[in-house]
This record gives sequence, C-alpha cells and structure tokens, in this order.
Amino acid sequence: MILEKEEYPARNVKQAMRVREADSMIQSIFSIEVELVVQAIFLRYGYNFRDYSRASVKRRIAARLKKEGLDNMAALQHKILHQPDFFEEIIDDFSINVTEMFRDPEFYLLMREKVFPVLQQRKSLKVWHAGCGSGEEVYSLAIFFYENGMCDNTQFYGTDINNRSLEKAKAGEISIKNLRNYNANYQAAGGNSSLVDYFTLTATMARLNDNIRKNLFFTEHNLVHDQVFGEMDLILCRNVLIYFNEKLQRRVLRLLQKSLRPGGYICLGMKESLYFSPDRDNFEVVDGRVNIFRLKGKVEKDSGHG
Amino acid sequence: MDEVKHLVAIGASAGGIEGVKAIIKALPEDFVSPIVVVLHLSRSKETFLVELLGKGCKLKVKEADNQEALQLATVYVAPRNYHLLLEDDLRFSLSVDDPVNFSRPSVDVFFESAADVMGPRLTGVILSGGNADGAIGLAKIKEMGGTTVVQDPESVRFSAMPEAAIRVTEVDFVLPVEEIAEKLVELSAANYKAGFMDGDRYA
Repeated sequence: MILEKEEYPARNVKQAMRVREADSMIQSIFSIEVELVVQAIFLRYGYNFRDYSRASVKRRIAARLKKEGLDNMAALQHKILHQPDFFEEIIDDFSINVTEMFRDPEFYLLMREKVFPVLQQRKSLKVWHAGCGSGEEVYSLAIFFYENGMCDNTQFYGTDINNRSLEKAKAGEISIKNLRNYNANYQAAGGNSSLVDYFTLTATMARLNDNIRKNLFFTEHNLVHDQVFGEMDLILCRNVLIYFNEKLQRRVLRLLQKSLRPGGYICLGMKESLYFSPDRDNFEVVDGRVNIFRLKGKVEKDSGHG
Repeated sequence: MDEVKHLVAIGASAGGIEGVKAIIKALPEDFVSPIVVVLHLSRSKETFLVELLGKGCKLKVKEADNQEALQLATVYVAPRNYHLLLEDDLRFSLSVDDPVNFSRPSVDVFFESAADVMGPRLTGVILSGGNADGAIGLAKIKEMGGTTVVQDPESVRFSAMPEAAIRVTEVDFVLPVEEIAEKLVELSAANYKAGFMDGDRYA
C-alpha cells in the first residue's frame, strides 16, 4: 500500500492536494474507499480480505456497486455493515468461483504419468483440494483415482470459504450441458472411458455416482487464518494464489507445506509457483511446466496413515 | 531514474499483432516507460508471442508474471487465458475470472485497473481488432486523466475495435500506426519531465 509513503508538509488543504496530485503514485479515491470497505468487513465479520489482490477486489466491488444500482461506496459500506445477509453476497463476490472439470487437461495427463505410479504404492491416501469452489476438480481427481484403482482407499477433502459453493459441491451435481463440455477435457486429460459413465442423468442434471462420491468430504476452511489441514499425500491449490498478494502467498504456501506428509505432492496453477515460499528448497520439481512439486523427505513405503 | 512515472498500455485483437510489432520495434532503446501489451490471439499463435515481439525490439520483452513488479524499459505481454491487472504497488496480478467481451485476457480489464492506479500517468493505445473490447477501458483512462491513442480506423485491417473506442471516448490522438511510436516517445518524455518539475527531486 502506498498510504504511508510520504508525509507532505502542507499549510492548507489546497496545497496538500496539489502536492499529492503531483506525485505519480498516489492512490485513487476509489482505491482508498475500497481499502476502507475491506477494513470494515474485517472489523465487522472477521473475514480478512486485506491481503487479497486489491486490483481484483476493486473490480468485484465496482461490479457489485453497479449491480446494486448504488452510486457511492458509503451506501455499499452501510449495507455491508448492517445486513449480514447481504455480506453473504460479498463473500460470493470475493471468492473464486470459476472452476471446471479436468481444468488444464495437460496437468491431469502429467499427474497421471508422474504422480500416480508413486501414490499407487501407498495403502491409504489423503487428498486435499484447497479452494475447491463447487468441487468440479475434486470430482475429476476422484474419477481418475477410480480409474487407477485408488479411489476406495482415498479420502478426498475439498475446502473453500464459500458455503454456497460447498453446498453445490456436496450435491455432486453438474448440468448436462457442462457434462458435455467437460467430456472434451476428460478425453484430452487421458480419460479411458466416457465421462458420462460416472454420472446418473436426470432431465437437466448429471449426478456423480455414489461409488465415486462416497469418499468426498467438503468443509469450510479459510486459507487466510485457518490452520494446518491433515497429513496429505496430495494437495491441489490451483489458481488461488494468484488472487493473493505476496505476503499471503507466502503464508499459504507454508500452510500447505505443513499439511503434507514427507514425499507428498503439491499442485499449483499454471501461472503459480513456489517462488515466494521461503521453504521452496524443501521441494523438488516434478514438473515445472504444470507446476507439480514434491516435498522432500523419507517416505515409509507401504505405510498408511496408521 | 528507476521510478515508474508513466505506463503505456496497448490493446489489440484480430490484425493487431503486426501493429504492436511495428510500434515496439520503432521505440528507441532509451525509452523508459514500461509497456503492457494485451492481445487476443488464437491458441496456436500465442505460445510464440514473446519471441515474435522480441525479435528486432530494442527493449526487453517478457510475459507478465504473477506479482511481478513493473520495471522500466520493458515490454510485458499478458499471458494466455488469464486476465492481467495492475496493483496499487505497481505489481501485476492475474485472474481466471470469466472472460470479458469473450476475451481472456481482456483489454478492458487491464485498462480499467491500470487507469485507477496510474491516473494521468497512463497512455492507452487501441489498435486493430474485431470486437469492442478496450472501448470501456479507454474511456476509463480518459476519465482518470490519462492520454488516449487509437490507430486510425482507415488504416487497420479490422476496424471494429478502434471504431468502438472512438465512439465512446473523445480520443486525444487518432494516428496511423507509423506515427504511434513517435507519439509515445513524446508522451513518455513529457511525463518524466513533469515528474522532475513537480519537485520530486528538487524539493
């Protein structure tokens, strides 16, 4: 933030304005207002969006203002502070709801090739998708685990801050239209049957079959302030870090590392890396293009989780 | 002189890559303002965009990275399939939010976020393109006091993008592509000079 950058010796408001306007790096008024709203949300509800990418937060708040037909930020802030129901909408705005099954098929292809042979040697497995949204990528993982004989001895955890998305994830349903689109991804990712085989169809929806769904667990977890989550063999956290500033990326990477068993894998988005992690030397690069990393350390072969 | 005082943002789509190439190739090696290029391209072409634009360009050309800080004398290209945004501390951030104007990256998304951060220290340039992406962003640049440049619709292959921009904004300069680089040199110099005069250094 630029706020504390300099103190200006000014004799009156006009002069102060002139000096500040001459500085190329002064925050816009909108940017100041967004900062105040983010602070208000933290004080009122304890949700900390202060280290979210401010540019994306600005975009979402601008869109929300427009949607509500409000012409100023004070009105929006008033609504957020006084109407907890409305704040739910804001959480929806701020969370990353864009997801699809088998997103980036080449990532899934490489995971099957480079990670699955190792995981297949372990007796029981725990998998965590941090920031799972409505769960499509958890379904994807579970289907590929099934195809490789690992589904029955794996517990899949999907977490997000957005309860609405988690409810969708728990239902295990996608639209038939989406199913068609996802099938192309599935095939490109090396799927060996047809995606529709794993779903039961109704008129408009496709429901993930129980033999896949039974080991999927969805629960609320906030990467900003919640703690370590289990001892995982595999963690997916894809296209979440890009929405955080450097400080928060560092925190989350440490949290993810602590949630891994030695020899566990972490998979990031195509434009994310361990670069900001102070612990990056603890990892080896399994694939640098699709960003799969393995936590170094001794793995007890064939051991489960006790 | 390592402070960024002026930024150039270029948006283009169909038929725009030649224009971008011509402009950045014509810029002298002492051109200090960073340049950000947001281009829509077919998947097959995009992979080679950095190499393609870098050839014969006197400035460094690279893809914009997550949380990378803007450096002087560098041309940044928005990565494929991500929106590019500018943070208040002059770092880039990326997003996978839904496409805007059927585009990701979208010119509007970068222009609007950069306009809010840079204010008058931003020059937005719209080149050839087949849709209206960039028009709203350019209007925002103008609103925040920045300078707007559009390639003359008469001289482009696809005029929808420049025409849409001209329709919603009273554009400062409508120029044929050969004259845009020269204009950017002039605007960059003016911004750096203004920075000096305002007493940042002589106060």
